[in-house]
Amino acid sequence: MKKILSALLVVAMLATLVVTFASCKADDDEFKVGFIFLHDENSTYDKNFMDAATAATEALGLDKETQVFFVTNVPEGQECYEKAKELANKGCDVIFADSFGHEDYMIQAAEEFPEVQFCHATGTKAHTEDDLDNFHNAFASIYEGRYLAGIVAGLKLNAMISAGAITADKAKMGYVGAMPYAEVKSGLTAFYLGAKSVCPTVTMDVKYTNSWYDMTKEQEAANALMDGGCVLISQHADSMGAPNACEARNVPNVSYNGSTTAACPKTALISSRIDWAPYFEYMIKQAQEGKEIVDDYTGSLKDGSVKLTALNTAAAAPGTQEAIDAAKAKLIAGELHVFDTDTFTVKGAKVTTYLADVDTDETWQGETEVIKDGYFHESEYRSAPYFDLDIDGITTLQ
Amino acid sequence: MMKTEKKVQEPIFHVVKKDGVVLWRAWLIRAAAIVLALLVCALLILVMTDQTPVEVFESIFEGAIGVRGVNVMALFQSAAMLLCISLAVTPAFKMKFWNIGAEGQVLMGGLAAAACMICLRGVVPNGVLILLIFVTGVLAGMLWGVIPALFKAQWGTNETLFTLMMNYAAMQIVSFFVVKWENPKNSGKIGIINQRGEFKQAGWLPELFDVDYLLNILIVLAVMILAWVYLKYSKQGFEITVVGESENTARYVGINVKKVIIRTMAISGAICGLAGVLLVAGTHHTIAANTAGGNGFTAVMVSWLAKFNPFVMAGVSFFIAFLEKGAGGLATNTGLNASFADIIIGILLFFIIGCEFFLNYRIVVNKQRFSGRLKQKGGE
Repeated sequence: MKKILSALLVVAMLATLVVTFASCKADDDEFKVGFIFLHDENSTYDKNFMDAATAATEALGLDKETQVFFVTNVPEGQECYEKAKELANKGCDVIFADSFGHEDYMIQAAEEFPEVQFCHATGTKAHTEDDLDNFHNAFASIYEGRYLAGIVAGLKLNAMISAGAITADKAKMGYVGAMPYAEVKSGLTAFYLGAKSVCPTVTMDVKYTNSWYDMTKEQEAANALMDGGCVLISQHADSMGAPNACEARNVPNVSYNGSTTAACPKTALISSRIDWAPYFEYMIKQAQEGKEIVDDYTGSLKDGSVKLTALNTAAAAPGTQEAIDAAKAKLIAGELHVFDTDTFTVKGAKVTTYLADVDTDETWQGETEVIKDGYFHESEYRSAPYFDLDIDGITTLQ
Repeated sequence: MMKTEKKVQEPIFHVVKKDGVVLWRAWLIRAAAIVLALLVCALLILVMTDQTPVEVFESIFEGAIGVRGVNVMALFQSAAMLLCISLAVTPAFKMKFWNIGAEGQVLMGGLAAAACMICLRGVVPNGVLILLIFVTGVLAGMLWGVIPALFKAQWGTNETLFTLMMNYAAMQIVSFFVVKWENPKNSGKIGIINQRGEFKQAGWLPELFDVDYLLNILIVLAVMILAWVYLKYSKQGFEITVVGESENTARYVGINVKKVIIRTMAISGAICGLAGVLLVAGTHHTIAANTAGGNGFTAVMVSWLAKFNPFVMAGVSFFIAFLEKGAGGLATNTGLNASFADIIIGILLFFIIGCEFFLNYRIVVNKQRFSGRLKQKGGE
C-alpha cells in the first residue's frame, strides 16, 4: 500500500513538471523591468529602494501590473540567481538587485542571459568583468551628502562651544559604524571632514558593530561613545538604535537613510540619503532605447541622487541652512572637494600618493593611483567607495 | 467510623489512543484536513485583503514553480535538501535520540566543502578536489554528530541541549571563517567561491545533462533508498528500533547500546555533512552562518510527520518546499507582506499536524458528567 502511495507521489510530481513545461508560451514584446530586494518595506534600507523604484517607474509611465515586477525577501544566495532567472524568463529587459551580497548571483544570471541588462547597487565588479557587457554597478557619491551633514554637526558643536556647554578641546563626536568596510570609512571620514571644515578642533571616536542592522548593538555603541565624552553622535547602520539612545540622553544626532526628526524631535539634526530614482530612470531609459548602461554609475548631488532631509531647525544651530547651501553649490561646481589633501593628514603627514584597491582581486592590494590635482578621487574609478585611509583626528575604539 | 466520601473529580473528556485507522481512510482524513485548511486560508484572505483566494493560490503556485515552470528544478532541489536532512535525523529519532543539531552538522559539512574549494583549488586536480570535498564534508558532519553521542553514551548528558548548543558553536565557527575568507575584504561575506577567472568552478559539482541540480537530487534519492533499506532490512536498523523502544530490552538481548548510539549518530551526522556538501559545492557555492536555512529544524517535523518512512518523507519535503517557495511568490505577486505568507503556511501545517493527532487519538467524552454539567447550566 505504501509503495503504491509513494509511486503516486512520484507521478504527481512528474505531472506538475509536465504541466508546467506544457504551459510555456512566447512573451509579448512589452518592455519590462524587475527589481530584487533583500527584505521588504519593513527594512528602511529596502524601503528606500522600493520607494525610488515606484517613483521612477511611475514617472516613466510604466504599467505597474504588467511592466514592473518587485521580488522581495530574496536572500543573498542561490535564490537571488533563481529570482533573476525567473524575471528574465518573464521577459524583463532590465533587472536590478539592491543588496551587496546579490552581486555574484546577478553575475551568474548575466552570463546566462546576455540580452538582458543586470544592474546592481553597491557592487564592485562590473568594471573588471570585461567580458560581461550586460552587468552594471551603481552607487552615489553619498560621501558628499555626509560631508554636508558634517557641516551641520560642526556648526552645532560651535554653537555648544559659544554657549559654554563645552570647551573647544572637548568637541568630540562619536560615530557608530557597521563594518570597517570602505563604504563606511569613506562616509565617516567625509562626515568628520565636513565638521572639521567649520569646527577646526573637532575629533571623532568610531565604534563598529560588525553588523549592518543590530538595534541593541548600535544603541550600546552610541551609549559607550557618549560615556566616553562624545557630545554628538552620527551613524552608518540601519536601525534606530543610535538615534533613540541620543534622544534619551539629549545628545544631538546626525542620521542616515531617512529623517529621524519625527521620532527624535529634540536631537535629530539632519540626515543624508541616496535617492535611487535618478539611476532607475536612467537605467530604464537606456534599456528601452537599446543604449548602453555604463559599468559604473555614480549618482551625485547634481543629478539628485544624493539628498539631505529637511534640517530640524529646532535642534540645529542658526545659519546652518545657509552654510549647507553654500557648500553644496561649491561641491556641485567642483570648487570644493571632500577629500582635499590639504584638509587632512595621515600619521601627521599630508598624503600625496595612494594606491586604492579599486579592482576586486585575490591580492587585496591597491593598484590605482587615486590622488591627483590635490584631492582623493573617490567613486571615480568605480561607483562603490574605496576611500579607506585612517586619517588623524579619528580614533577607532575596540 | 464513616469514611468521608471524597468524590474523585472525573474529567469531562479524556484522550484515548486509537487503533490503526485504515490507510485509505487516513489519507481521506488528511486530504479533508488540507481542504479545510485551504478554506480557512481563503476566508482569512477574503477578510484581510482585496485579493480573491484564487489569485492568492495562483501566486503560491507561480512562486513555487516559477513563471512557466522555470524554477521547477529549484523546487525539487529545495525539497531534496530538506529530504536529505530529514533522512539524516531519522535514524537518531528512531533511536529516540533527539538530534536537534542537524543545522550545525550541515554547516560543518558545508564549511569543510568550502575550505576545500578555497584552499585546494589549483593544488589538486578537480576530480580529486571534488572527492576530497565529499570525504571531508561527510567527516566534518559526522564529527559534529558524534561528539554529543559520545557524551550521551559515556556520561548520559542530555542530547537535546547538547546537539542544540552545537548548532551555535558551528555558526560561530562558520562566522569566523567567513571573516577570514571574506571577499571583498571587510565586507563580511564570501561571495560565490571560484565563480570566474583562473579557478572557474573549481570544486563545483558538475551539472548532469545540463539540468540544474540534477546531481544533487539523484544523490539524495540514492540516500533515500539506502536509508529505507538500512532502517528496514539491516541488522543495524533493527538494533536502532530496539534501542529506541527500550534501552533495557536492548541491553537484555545483548545489544551494545553505547555502540549503537555512537554509530547511529555518526551516520546521522554524516548524512547531514553530505547535505552541507550538496548545499555548498552543489548549490550556493558560498557559505554563511545561515546556509542551512533552518532546514535542520524543519527536518525534525518532516521526519516525524512521515513516521520515519523515507518515501513519505520525500512527499512531505516536497510539500513543505512547495509551500515555502509558494509563500515567497505570494508575497511578491500580491504585494502582501512576507509575514502573511508565513501565516498561510502556519495554518496549513497546523491543520496537517492537528489531523495526525486525531488519527492517532480519540477523544472520549464522559457522558454522565457532560450531561450533568448541561443540566446544571440549564438550572442556572
